[in-house]
Amino acid sequence: MAAAESYPDELKYHPEHDWARIEGEEATVGITWFAQDALGELVHFEAPEAGATVAKDSSYGEVESVKAVSDVIAPLSGEILEVNQAVIDAPETVNEDPYGEGWLLRIRLSDPGEADTLLDADAYKQLLEDS
Amino acid sequence: MVPFAGWEMPVQYEGVISEHRAVREDCGVFDVSHMGELDIEGPNAHELLQSLLSNDLDRIADGGAQYTLLTNESGGILDDLIAYRIDAYHYLLVVNAGNREAAYAWLKEREIRGSEVRDASDEYALLAVQGPRSIERLGLPDAKQFTHAMGEIDGIEVMVNRTGYTGEQGCELMCPTEDAPGLWDAVVGRGAVPCGLGARDTLRLEVCYPLHGNDITPETDAISAGLAWTCALEKEFTGAAALRRVQEEGPARRLVAFVMEEKAVPRAGMRILGSDESASGEVTSGTHSPMLDKGIGLGYVPTANATPGSDLTIDVRGKGRRATVVPKPIYKPQEGQQ
Repeated sequence: MAAAESYPDELKYHPEHDWARIEGEEATVGITWFAQDALGELVHFEAPEAGATVAKDSSYGEVESVKAVSDVIAPLSGEILEVNQAVIDAPETVNEDPYGEGWLLRIRLSDPGEADTLLDADAYKQLLEDS
Repeated sequence: MVPFAGWEMPVQYEGVISEHRAVREDCGVFDVSHMGELDIEGPNAHELLQSLLSNDLDRIADGGAQYTLLTNESGGILDDLIAYRIDAYHYLLVVNAGNREAAYAWLKEREIRGSEVRDASDEYALLAVQGPRSIERLGLPDAKQFTHAMGEIDGIEVMVNRTGYTGEQGCELMCPTEDAPGLWDAVVGRGAVPCGLGARDTLRLEVCYPLHGNDITPETDAISAGLAWTCALEKEFTGAAALRRVQEEGPARRLVAFVMEEKAVPRAGMRILGSDESASGEVTSGTHSPMLDKGIGLGYVPTANATPGSDLTIDVRGKGRRATVVPKPIYKPQEGQQ
């Protein structure tokens, strides 16, 4: 079942509809409720490899539903520590739990200061309302 | 909602995959009122249509229906449609929404004495009720596929057409436009799951029904598209000579069904890379199959690569992804299929 709409306060948000949970030098990233809802049920995650680097504001992969495909944008820069194999195996996990089991990558941040440029939950919700 | 041939159409209600499953397992309903209805009447209606449609209308009797093609002089496909024989002097053609005006104009210009072509599209609504339990849910009597009869659903008089675009048992219900909201409510009240254009596309693609504008066009012919069975080449109709020539010489390319061997979703317009440049082709329809949980598609490839088992490589946004040609249909409905 699809998750109910939510934007947890403890996360940081990128305007391209990605979230980051920052824990010290590491972060877990994924796509927001809004992004998964716009795409519909996901059927494919074209994932990068662990060990590769991602650059803030650049695409690191694709998420695809029956009807559309979308780039996924890195909210922060760093090295990929882990790719969520559960999402590769069952992409609908993102629809069911976008901020929990449906995370996409864990990364080691190359520039933790970048986090200051991300939006908090209220600012992201405002962005959704204004768009 | 998305614009489609001048109509606002729902892509999905609850979700493409759940709607798809409802049709494969139970019953779904699609509002396909955008489809065009052309009425052909008169003592020479039969003669007119025999000269313009590819299939042989003498194969069906009153109450019968037939899948057929409207073809141009070069054998290209102007539209694919279903012809319903009301009686010897009266046929109803259900045509694609996007081709309604072109098909009407083509037929109207070729009218002969004793035949009259009329665009009745605005007078009728059409609901497709599809799935193994659809006839039971509607409380309709069993009937053969490709037949039609008048019937009634909860007091609303409808034309019940045993046709569809999903490969499942079911029917298409036609009624006057003003009765459509009540009919929709009645059908949904009987347990049919509302389904949108998204599921309509995934369902038809699993059973390899072509989509006009994608898989078949005025530039593609029926033989290459694997629709020779809809062409009565022994009779005369527009484009018959060209089609006989393709049939005799063998088509250079064929429309094949394929399944992805790697995780990737093929999409219309993607290139099919052969072992060399001359062996390349193009995807004309592609999606993710909810029943197979794999990428599937239709595309034109050189005849040499068209046999089931042939390996294909699809260019998915710059990455070569492996696929295999499979027999049609890609998915076979479990029981009582058309």
